[in-house]
Amino acid sequence: MALLEVRDLEVGVAIGGKVLPVVQGISFDVEENQTLGIVGESGCGKSLTSLAIMGLLEGSMLRLTGGSISFNGQDLLALSPRARRAIMGDQMAMIFQEPMTSLNPVYRIGDQIIESLRQHRSMSQRQARARAIELLDLVRIPDPERRVDSYPHQLSGGQRQRVMIAMALACGPKLLIADEPTTALDVTVQKEVLDLMLDLQKRTGTAIILISHDLGVISETCDKVVVMYRGKIVESAKTATLFSNMSHPYTQGLLASIPVVDHDVEWLNAIPGRVPLIDEVLPGCAFHPRCSFAQASCATSPPSADYVSDDHLVRCHFPNDRPSGGEAGGDA
Amino acid sequence: MTQATSKRALLDVRDLKTYFTIGKTGLFQAKSQLKAVDGVSFEVREGEVLSLVGESGCGKSTVGRTLTQLERATGGRADFDGQDILAMSPRAFRPLRRQIQMIFQDPFASLNPRRSIEQTLAEPLFIHKLARNWAEARSKIVETLEQVGMDPKVMQRYPHEFSGGQRQRIGIARVMILKPRLVIADEAVSALDVSIQAQVLNLLKKLQQDNGLSMLFISHDLGVVRHISDRVAVMYKGRIVEMGDKSQIFENPQHDYTRRLLASIPRIAQKAA
Repeated sequence: MALLEVRDLEVGVAIGGKVLPVVQGISFDVEENQTLGIVGESGCGKSLTSLAIMGLLEGSMLRLTGGSISFNGQDLLALSPRARRAIMGDQMAMIFQEPMTSLNPVYRIGDQIIESLRQHRSMSQRQARARAIELLDLVRIPDPERRVDSYPHQLSGGQRQRVMIAMALACGPKLLIADEPTTALDVTVQKEVLDLMLDLQKRTGTAIILISHDLGVISETCDKVVVMYRGKIVESAKTATLFSNMSHPYTQGLLASIPVVDHDVEWLNAIPGRVPLIDEVLPGCAFHPRCSFAQASCATSPPSADYVSDDHLVRCHFPNDRPSGGEAGGDA
Repeated sequence: MTQATSKRALLDVRDLKTYFTIGKTGLFQAKSQLKAVDGVSFEVREGEVLSLVGESGCGKSTVGRTLTQLERATGGRADFDGQDILAMSPRAFRPLRRQIQMIFQDPFASLNPRRSIEQTLAEPLFIHKLARNWAEARSKIVETLEQVGMDPKVMQRYPHEFSGGQRQRIGIARVMILKPRLVIADEAVSALDVSIQAQVLNLLKKLQQDNGLSMLFISHDLGVVRHISDRVAVMYKGRIVEMGDKSQIFENPQHDYTRRLLASIPRIAQKAA
């Protein structure tokens, strides 16, 4: 049994009396000590998937409309809100993209770490403070005894993201969800923060879900990858399998769109068109309007997700039936 | 994009300095100066793309903003076609604004939400007296929208009806309609998703080549910089630490900071199983 088992997860958004599906049929497992990457462009549903797992959809236009989430053997959706809250921040923690807006600007960073410790562990103020200093040291904040009393605005972006990591790790979570944790950071700082997360994983065995739009970050840090397009998984596999045998035209197009630093390309193979809006009805494959391999049947019947080999899932009518060296169509 | 070395400099920047006075950090401390740009020299030659690359806070955006007089230079000179633009009064600079145009990062913030695309694109034409009436303006707008890959029928629509990538195309159209000689693009594709970013990058490169534009391309993304530049200047803490042809910077970097920057980029490679 995996630590986290997500099955057929569905999220809908309520607009004008209707509930439109924005995340559909998401299933995956995350094991201890493992990093799962979720990749896709904005609006593909990767953040909604993580918010659904964390139980943070309530109170918005979004709602969980189906599926199950099992964590550590417990059915999370069957728990009372109170019981679920006891797990959040303790056994399951989340790091958000923008460290400035997710830290409270009027509290010292130490107090924000201590709050979580006092909430979930019956620690005295003194014990919690000592632990907060330990945690800041762990995430390599220099001079933690003094920094514990700093306010968020006195720290740099990279340091704030480290404080977020320290807060998330405060109670030793079994699962850490990091939603674009390094997108707002410079590349040199990004590398430090990612290395830090992986180093902590080695020591504590924490399972990580890393959400990113950056295939480079995903390929360097994850064991398994899930590629999402318009609310559905279009391809998933072990990282090595995915990058050596990309099968979905969307995944191939994402890769071809990236300007690489290691050699020159005259024109990028951009994916033409754009991501469809949530109220656009596409009866067939959601990617077919942008796909250069689309056949007539792609517009009418939705492809199912099928295994093309062990652990390698592809949602495409023609996963292996395309001209070799497949690339998404060019655009100038 | 060939033999840029033999071409003449359109913009020649010498020892540019832009300092900001920042408030006191403590009761007994004097006001201090932030040296955002501290003695930067480079030239942008006719028809070439020079990239300024560096991390946040290195001063690369301040260089662009100073050259378009959005910030005041503390020192140095910048000769555009032989005239020092930093020494000009705002009034004297105004005719040059048509020739030196800027593309900004955020396509959501840089379009007026209450103006249709037609109004947005017509305004600079009237200001710079490139169109005498609406008929003339409209024909230029149609031509420019086609140039940036948009259907001219979108003219009557408003910015909120467009996606980020399309808004950035409109931003580019607003610049191209003036037929500028120098375009300063400040993180012009950084806010876009990778598939849309590729479309817009291809478009910028094509427009630059077709029109022989000179471009100062400001970016933190080394992959994007490699794709679009002829030459690259690496900035660190307000200074240029290394400058050279693209191949030299990417294949044979000399400065430690350039090497560190290149080594930090996540590469698409398989993690050992």
